[in-house]
Amino acid sequence: MNVSLSSDLQSRIFEQMEASYPNEGGGFLLGDLRAGLITIQDVIQVENTFAAAEQYHRYAMKPQDWLRLEDEADERGLSLVGYYHSHPDSPAIPSEYDREHALPNFVYAITSVMMAKATDMRVWRLRADRSAFDGGELIIN
Amino acid sequence: MAKIRIPTPLRAYTDGASDIDVSGNTVGEALGNLVDQHPDLRLHLFQDDELRSFVNIFIGDEDIRFMQGLDTEIEAGDSLRIIPSIAGGSACN
Repeated sequence: MNVSLSSDLQSRIFEQMEASYPNEGGGFLLGDLRAGLITIQDVIQVENTFAAAEQYHRYAMKPQDWLRLEDEADERGLSLVGYYHSHPDSPAIPSEYDREHALPNFVYAITSVMMAKATDMRVWRLRADRSAFDGGELIIN
Repeated sequence: MAKIRIPTPLRAYTDGASDIDVSGNTVGEALGNLVDQHPDLRLHLFQDDELRSFVNIFIGDEDIRFMQGLDTEIEAGDSLRIIPSIAGGSACN
């Protein structure tokens, strides 16, 4: 899996995730898939609705957010190609909780935020048998 | 026949189709018919025989968990929608 992301959009994600620190933040990745390359065209932050006391290590969206953004992507000729979230003071590696709640054919972009500073972003995709995530190549341009 | 809208990532298992016509008198029967037509969907929608916790089924704007769940009755022409609840988290406890 190859994922292309502009440096501007990556900076926007990093700013959002740093602002959410020490809690987790996240949002949707809108884009397209052509010739095996997933190109992110827009990133849209979505409120973390997990219980406030757990937001330091949990992130959740309302199903209505999916409904709204999927329709918006369709209207813009784009697709919901993935979602991003942060791991405060943790590595940008999917957790077991991530795997249990993941969908296949979807980019999971995880940003590690260490001491309020975004330090690393990695992209992952769930295997079709749900057994694990595989890492992808993130191309920043 | 009712219709079920498939979320974008799962359309890989419906040959790219976004809407699938299904038979059945309840949501559970309709989903059963859906996975009969497209068996690769089952693993991502169900854990054992229960809907996965992050899988929501809406009829219009109504979540079936606030209706009668999988026993919710449907009528011909109803539009159902599978909507994932995105969630994640670090391994930090």
